[in-house]
Amino acid sequence: MSNVSGRTTTDRASARVAIFGGVYNNHVSLAAVIRDARERGATELYCLGDMGGFGPSPDRVFPLLRDAGVVCVQGNYDHSVGNDLDDCACGYTDPRDNAFAQISYDYTVARTSDANKAWLRALPPSIRREWGGRRVLLAHGSPRRTNEFLWESATSDAFLRRLLDDHDADALFVTHTGIHWTRELDDCRVVVNVGAIGRPANDGRTEVWYSLVDVDSEAGSLRAAHVPVAYDHESLAREMLEEGLPDEFVETILTGWWTTCLEILPAKERTRGRY
Amino acid sequence: MTRLEPTAAAAPHSPDRDEVVLALDALDTLWLQVGGTLCNLACRHCFISCGPRNDSHAFMDVAAAAAALRDAEARGVKDIYFTGGEPFLHPQIRELIDLALAVGPLTILTNGMLIDAAMAAWLRERFDASRYSLELRVSLDGTSARSNDPVRGRGTFTAIVEALQRLAAVGLSPVVTVTEVDGVDAGSRERFAQLLRDAGLRQPRLKFLAPFRIGREARRGRPYDPSERLTHEAVDAQGLAALQCASSRMVTARGVWPCPILIDDDGARLGDALGDGLRPIALRSPACHTCYVEGVTCRT
Repeated sequence: MSNVSGRTTTDRASARVAIFGGVYNNHVSLAAVIRDARERGATELYCLGDMGGFGPSPDRVFPLLRDAGVVCVQGNYDHSVGNDLDDCACGYTDPRDNAFAQISYDYTVARTSDANKAWLRALPPSIRREWGGRRVLLAHGSPRRTNEFLWESATSDAFLRRLLDDHDADALFVTHTGIHWTRELDDCRVVVNVGAIGRPANDGRTEVWYSLVDVDSEAGSLRAAHVPVAYDHESLAREMLEEGLPDEFVETILTGWWTTCLEILPAKERTRGRY
Repeated sequence: MTRLEPTAAAAPHSPDRDEVVLALDALDTLWLQVGGTLCNLACRHCFISCGPRNDSHAFMDVAAAAAALRDAEARGVKDIYFTGGEPFLHPQIRELIDLALAVGPLTILTNGMLIDAAMAAWLRERFDASRYSLELRVSLDGTSARSNDPVRGRGTFTAIVEALQRLAAVGLSPVVTVTEVDGVDAGSRERFAQLLRDAGLRQPRLKFLAPFRIGREARRGRPYDPSERLTHEAVDAQGLAALQCASSRMVTARGVWPCPILIDDDGARLGDALGDGLRPIALRSPACHTCYVEGVTCRT
C-alpha cells in the first residue's frame, strides 16, 4: 500500500492542524476532540490510527471520522480488524496484557461492520505532507513498524535521528503508546507522540490528549502543543458497563489510571502511574 | 541514511548450506558485558558459567565501553543493556551508568545483592535526573529459599529479597527475572507477584525466561539434543526478524558477539570493535533454537 502525500491547505502562510490517535472505540471523546479542534481553529484533522479496542460500540466512531473529514492512517488495530485477523498485533509481551487485549479485540472485531472493515483495510500506513517547507511524516507506531512503541523515556535521540534520516522527514508524528510527548532534536527536527484520545494518559486525569500544530510557512516553522480535552467520560463508562466490558477498562476511564497494558511501560512511565 | 547494510564479508566460519544466516536489520540495542564473566554468585543454571574466578571475559574498561557507546550512538542505537557477570562488581559502575544514560535508556541485569542502601539511593537519583529510563532487572529463581537457593546459591534468596526491599525503599521498581529452570505452573506468576508486593514493590514486574542449555545449565538440567538446531525448514522470515540478534550486538572486553548468550562460543565472535560485528551471523548454536522456539528475548 502506498503512502499518501501531497500539499494541502496548510500551504497558506499559517495554518493550524489537529493530529490525534488511539480512538479505541471512544466515540464520546472523539466527538469532543473534533469539536475542540474546530473551535481552536484547526482546518485539517488527522488521525494516526487504532480506531478500535478498549471502548464500546465500534461502529460509532466511523461516521464521526468521515463526517469531519478526518484524514486517517492505518494502525495495527485497523489492519487486524480490517483483515479479520486473530489478534490486534498490539505488540504486548505479557500474558495479562495480552489477555485483556484479546477481550477488546474479540469484542471489536465482532461488532465492526463489513463496510467499516473495508474502510479500515484501505487506510494508508503513513501520510506525508509538506508544512512550512518541512517534510512531515504521519505514522502509527513508528514509520518502520506499525506496532513499534516510541515511549518518551525509552527512545534515544540517536534512534529518532535515524528514523527521520531513513524516512526523509523533518517532523514525525506518531501514536500507539497512549502517552503524549515531544522531542525537539538538536538539528531542529521534531518528533511528536500525540498520545491517545480513547483513554486517559495514565496521569490520574480523566481528560484525553491530542496535538495542535501551528504551521508558519513564512518562518518555516512547526509548533506542536499537547491539548487535554474533557468529555463526558461517565457516560462512556456507563456504556462500557452496559456492553459488558471489563471493570478494569471502566476504572481507567473513571480514574485516569491505567489498569491494563502495564507491563509494556518503561520504568519512568510505569512509576508515574498508580498500578 | 544510517541504515546498516550487511557487509559482503562472510559470517563467522563459512556457513554451510544447512545453516540459517541472519543479517542485522539495524543496531537497535547495544549490549555491554560490563561485568565480564565475573560474578559474586555461581548459579547452577548460568549459561556462561559466571563466577568469582571466571575471568574469561574481564570487566570492560570505561574507555572501551565509551567507544562502543559512541559508535552505537552514531548508528542510531535505541537502547542499551548492561550485563555480566555482575555489573555492580565493576569498580566504575557509576561512571559507566552515566555514560550510557547520556546516550539512551539503560537496563542493568543484576542479582541485586551488591546494591546497598547508598547505591540504591544513587540509582534513584540517576533515575530521576535522566530523561531516559533506567531499568533494573533483578534475577530470582524461586519464591522461597527452598526453590531459589539450590539454583543461585545458599542464602541468596534472603539476600536478593533484601535487595528488592532496598530498591523498593527508594521507590524504584525493578523487573524481577525468573528463569524457568523447572518449568512454571499456573500459579507461579501470582506467587512471585505476591512476594514482590511483600517486599514493598507496589508495582510487581516480572519476566520469565526459558533456560539456555549451555554452560552450567547443560550439567544442571540437560544439554541440547542434536535435533535442537535451527534449520531452514523450521524458520520463517517473521520469526527470524523477531530474534534479538536481528537488531542487536554484544560488546565485551574481548570483542563483539551476536548476543549475550553466545560469548562463551569463540566461533561466534564477530570482531574486535562494534563496527566489525555488524555482518550477518550463522544461527548455528543450539541456544538459537531456544530463542526461536521459545520466543526468548533478553530485552525487557
